Amino acid sequence: MSIFNFPNSIRSRPVYGTLQAQVGKFHLMIADAYGAEAILEMAAKAPALMAVSHVIYIPKGTDFGPQIQALKPAQYYEGPSYAAAVSRIQRVLSHAAMGLQIYLSGTEGLIGQAQNEVMQAGFDYTAIQTEHRGSVARRMQCVHCKGITEDVMIDPFQCSHCGLNLFVRDHYSRRLAAFQGVCIDAEEPGNVPPSVELYS
Amino acid sequence: MTIQFNDETFRDDYSFKNSQRAIDRFPFPFHEDSYMYSVNMEQHQGGPKDSVYEKRFDVDEHYVSEMRDRAMVLADDPLRCQSLPHMTLAGWDLLELIMVSKSEDYPDLFELHRDGEKWHWINKPLGIDDHFVFMDDTTLPYAPMEYITRQTQGDFCVLDQREENLWMDAGIVTTQADWSLDFDIGMNFFEWHAPVPLAHEKGIFKRALKFLLNIQQGAPARRLNWTMTVNPLLDTSPENYHKWGVQKMSVTPQNLGVKQYLRVELQTFFRLPRSNALVFPIRCYLMSFKDIVSKPKWGRRLHRVVRDIPEELATYKGFIDNRPMMLDFLGRYDDGLPTSFGVWPDTQTEPSLTENIN
Amino acid sequence: MNAPAPNSTAPKRTGTEKIDVTVTAIVPLNELVTRFEFKRSDGSLFPTFSGGAHTVVEMQDGDRKRLNPYSLMSDPANRKTFAISVRRDDQGRGGSLYMHNKVQIGDAMTVSYPVNLFSLDLRARKHLFIAGGIGITPFMAQIKQLDRTNGNWELHYSCRNASLGSYVDELTNRYPHSVHIHYDDKKDFINLEKLLHGQPIGTHLYVCGPTGMIEWVRSTAAASGWPTAHIHYEEFLAPKPGKPFAVTLAKSGVTVTVGADESLLEAIERLGVEAPYLCRGGACGQCETDVIESDGAFVHRDHWLEDHEKSLGVKIMPCVSRFEGKTLVLDR
Repeated sequence: MSIFNFPNSIRSRPVYGTLQAQVGKFHLMIADAYGAEAILEMAAKAPALMAVSHVIYIPKGTDFGPQIQALKPAQYYEGPSYAAAVSRIQRVLSHAAMGLQIYLSGTEGLIGQAQNEVMQAGFDYTAIQTEHRGSVARRMQCVHCKGITEDVMIDPFQCSHCGLNLFVRDHYSRRLAAFQGVCIDAEEPGNVPPSVELYS
Repeated sequence: MTIQFNDETFRDDYSFKNSQRAIDRFPFPFHEDSYMYSVNMEQHQGGPKDSVYEKRFDVDEHYVSEMRDRAMVLADDPLRCQSLPHMTLAGWDLLELIMVSKSEDYPDLFELHRDGEKWHWINKPLGIDDHFVFMDDTTLPYAPMEYITRQTQGDFCVLDQREENLWMDAGIVTTQADWSLDFDIGMNFFEWHAPVPLAHEKGIFKRALKFLLNIQQGAPARRLNWTMTVNPLLDTSPENYHKWGVQKMSVTPQNLGVKQYLRVELQTFFRLPRSNALVFPIRCYLMSFKDIVSKPKWGRRLHRVVRDIPEELATYKGFIDNRPMMLDFLGRYDDGLPTSFGVWPDTQTEPSLTENIN
Repeated sequence: MNAPAPNSTAPKRTGTEKIDVTVTAIVPLNELVTRFEFKRSDGSLFPTFSGGAHTVVEMQDGDRKRLNPYSLMSDPANRKTFAISVRRDDQGRGGSLYMHNKVQIGDAMTVSYPVNLFSLDLRARKHLFIAGGIGITPFMAQIKQLDRTNGNWELHYSCRNASLGSYVDELTNRYPHSVHIHYDDKKDFINLEKLLHGQPIGTHLYVCGPTGMIEWVRSTAAASGWPTAHIHYEEFLAPKPGKPFAVTLAKSGVTVTVGADESLLEAIERLGVEAPYLCRGGACGQCETDVIESDGAFVHRDHWLEDHEKSLGVKIMPCVSRFEGKTLVLDR
């Protein structure tokens, strides 16, 4: 099962829901890897949905593509990575109309980055449906060098840009679509505790 | 009003000093011998003469040096000053508020001449003399919020009011106690306060938000907040934490009096007229423990507050490790006598200590 | 220095700062609507404000003091004049009748500093305005504000008929492409579903008018899939009358009977008891009052309290809400 129960945390830590078909003329779904399962489950409860939906899917090694295509969405794009898909996402959003319903599912990184694109297009984030599935690895911003380290699963970790040892905070920025990493040995340089896996 | 401006540093050699006047008017934040969070708001409509509460935007002896330090921080890291696109109107509101207030409250230092939209601003301490067209960004060397806050002490958060909430959509943050504007910009009131322990459970933020949402034009408010810093370092940013964090370990029983600082934030809240935004200036006042204990009441009280504050708060405010050393120092100035209610020192009955304190 | 502790808890605000004004113009626009213009009595400039703001006008009607909110419709950049437009309501509580019948040019009055509970969302790529009748007033100021900042807006204005179309000529002459007028008597109604379809992403919707129109716009927009964060409305709820009821103010030690035509807030004020307020329309939360004891039923008419707070009967908004029963004791 790709569902994870996130422990309760601070107010800035995003909380995800369950995708539910909304009232609207057109629907945009963006998902990666196991996020496809959330789309399939929603579509099973709302059969008329896919005919008026545009699905942008990044499989990341999974094989849900054919199942989504079998539902005959109005438009379907399968991309090799989020970075490859982002210009298409921006184009679709910039020409979208009010009334569009937006659904994001998969990893926190995908959800956060796609949500940011939606916000940049002028749409308030509170109306976006989100559901987490799959990996719980985090995008981390190093507060010192501002570089983003992808797919972080341990705490502390090393910034992939400047090399500082950072501890993982639950403090999250929607704008950056990343959690905050702060130097762990600032007060006692060199005193870095051994890393443990997130949520262990 | 003539102010003698210091030429001092808030980094490296830390030549920062508080004059006797600065010590006398320091906004000591504790009105009783213990501390817990509260929504301790009051109206910001003046205060005792020559106190930090008297003027809308207090200018003191540290003004010129603080602005120089700010310019250095921004040169190093421009991300400390950001404004989301829809906040430019609020930036103009803030520029007007500060220029009008300072030219009225300190006419010897600041002048504002307005001819319709053609404005002429003179800032004598900083040697600035600029003509510009109000609401026209192309006529100022910086965007309006950055332009005026480079000339005003304290950090500024400009909050957009929407959906019964406040959103930190613009700001300049170079003297903050340990939070990142670049990270927090775009967050709402509960989100940017997320890391503060205990307060959410007590409903402090819900009540505070309701109060702030209802602040109106012409009726600003204020409150005090505080934390601890080693050395008179203004830029205690998370961005540079890996550089300054280690200074906490440099405190010894011998140097604690001159190295350990109480850092008080005078927070004010003004409704901005054209944008309906709320500006939240955070003005920082630093005082060494040595100078604080020169007022006997403050010495007693600070000892008791530091001794009894819950561990989570001492940890969140960053001084849990140095607390024992602080208590050793402060304990010498607590003779157990009762302290009067309120923040002001009892100078009538207990003049300042003049002995050699170290 | 024996100054008060600077961190005492501030008293809640009673209204806002006040401005003394003199009436400079009274302009009847049609059978129902009259515009009133004010200058500051001391000759100084008015504060500027954000479009959508209102001012609370004080009226001394005999021994009855009325406080009515009216949207500021003047250009926010015009600091010499404040202007409001008042629709006469013969069935109302008397505030609009006072304005229409008693106020004269040269009168001294008191108005509040501007308060905005209907502000523009400045992130919007486009502002879509829907006005019904006198609901046009806040948009007049917002349009002037947006013109100055090159904002993108469109107005759809529903009037009963041409003669009651306040400001129609001014708007259509100045903005022939952005203003659309609909007359009820010509059966020309706003085709809302069509209007909402195809608006560019980033459009925000604003409605001001009668209650029925606001409900219609909000529900149609929701059914069209618009997020609530993109829908803004302002409704000045005049306190509805009701059966008189007795209330005891515990802190003040007085009991009063709230008359049929006065609100609970007005009754409290009539006693000379200080009660905080701001919008006086059930929207802003400032007058929230704790209930110490009650034996009866609450008539909650506000938009402020949560549902559970209303059902528990532990709080009441005296500006618009009432009570029916044996005992009501408030923490005032």
